[in-house]
Amino acid sequence: MTLAVGAERVVALLLRQLYLYRHSLIRSLEIVYWPVMDLLVWGFVSVYVARLQGGGAAAIAFLVGAMILWDVFYRVQQAISVSFLEDVWTRNLPNVFVTPISTAEYIGATMLLGVMKVAVIGVLLAVLAWLLYAFNIFRYGLPLLPFVLNLILGGWGMGILTTALILRYGQGAEALAWALAFLFQPFSAVFYPVRILPPVLQHVAWLLPTTYVFEGMRAVLGGRGLPWAYVGWGALANALLLAGAGCVFAWVMEIARDQGLLLRVEG
Amino acid sequence: MDPHAITVEHLTKRFGRLVVVDDVSFTVGRGEIVGFLGPNGAGKTTTLAMLLGLLRPTRGRVRILGLPMPEQRQRILARVNFISPYVALPGNLTVGENLTVFAHLYGVRKRRAELEALLERFGLMGMWRRPTSRLSSGESTRLGLVKGLLNDPEVLFLDEPTASLDPDGADRVRGILQDLRAERRITIFYTSHNMQEVERLSDRILFLHRGRLIAEGPPREVLRRFARDTLERMFLDVAREQVPIPPGR
Repeated sequence: MTLAVGAERVVALLLRQLYLYRHSLIRSLEIVYWPVMDLLVWGFVSVYVARLQGGGAAAIAFLVGAMILWDVFYRVQQAISVSFLEDVWTRNLPNVFVTPISTAEYIGATMLLGVMKVAVIGVLLAVLAWLLYAFNIFRYGLPLLPFVLNLILGGWGMGILTTALILRYGQGAEALAWALAFLFQPFSAVFYPVRILPPVLQHVAWLLPTTYVFEGMRAVLGGRGLPWAYVGWGALANALLLAGAGCVFAWVMEIARDQGLLLRVEG
Repeated sequence: MDPHAITVEHLTKRFGRLVVVDDVSFTVGRGEIVGFLGPNGAGKTTTLAMLLGLLRPTRGRVRILGLPMPEQRQRILARVNFISPYVALPGNLTVGENLTVFAHLYGVRKRRAELEALLERFGLMGMWRRPTSRLSSGESTRLGLVKGLLNDPEVLFLDEPTASLDPDGADRVRGILQDLRAERRITIFYTSHNMQEVERLSDRILFLHRGRLIAEGPPREVLRRFARDTLERMFLDVAREQVPIPPGR
């Protein structure tokens, strides 16, 4: 019974997002606009590099595949923090938090929203990559799935962390919703192997959960099979990131309830 | 069953060295309408936030409907509601969408026809599809009241419910509140700066000044104690400290 009531509250928040998208064509198009623009730029860059270096299909696969997987991480993270910002912008946080919703249900709804958005974007990008660059990500099928799941875990972690920072430091910190994930990008070896990085940065790279995903992806796309070690280490690192983010969020909620931040987060 | 809808004991809130609510204690009986008064900065909103579980007290205890807040936050919030013109419903959704979302948040299964009947009762008929941002102040306040009644609350917390309304709109809202009490025996705990309204509506008032509760009782009794003719006069004299302020209760 309690679970059903909790699920209904999660549905309520998802419904609200659905209504928002239904009302605004621009908002709906924005879900796919940036990913498609990224795909076009990176796709044509990879075609150019392939022709220049004679790398052929492998170069296209590495770059386009990396771009699509990076988008999974980034969009999941962004869905969580932007959903929270919606409530800040419309000054709706007190309205929501005087209903019986729990913090876990609130965050759970934004996590689900992230997965739903990524499903839409992922399918669209995969189809476009196949049509434009003859890159069929589904050809690699199941071996890429553990990495996608890893990225969703990591995206949730980063999204919750970003939201905690916005709640703690107010609307002035909202740029983090778009910027924080990119802190990971140069060191996660998204578009190049870890060995390209200077030795010191290689140590940093292996501390990031995303690095295992993109190294693993290159192994799969390069026909070297599924590297289970990368899947395992990545899952462990992502689970740690998610757990750590959850702890930080719980701690910030305590501060928020102590300092009244839920009433004046827009400040 | 706890005879009190609200019990507050030694409630204190400090932000650093600033004491915003200072050792406040009171009770509100079930079915009572209680006006919570005080000049700006007296600590009314802070107290309300603690009653609603949005803010943790530094010291003291709050019980709503016999349950401790915030320990039983979810169970309490399912049985109460809060309305404030300063916390409007999202303007980028329609009236119907907002009500649907909040009905789900309260776990209330109301069909669209029931929600539209509620809208009609509050003079908002035919507005189901209207964007909330396009409502007038009066309509917005009445929509807030509809939202506030979605879960058939036993206690309704209102923060200046008639602020920004014209006399006609304010009078309609007061009429609705009186009807609600008569029909459903809802406990209403509200803040207001409209002293005539408070005199007309409240069974009792609680007067807060600089975080301390300085007066409590039926409006006429409080006026007699302060030797003033109207609550407005008393409010002005307390705000300007032109009356001996009794120690906090």
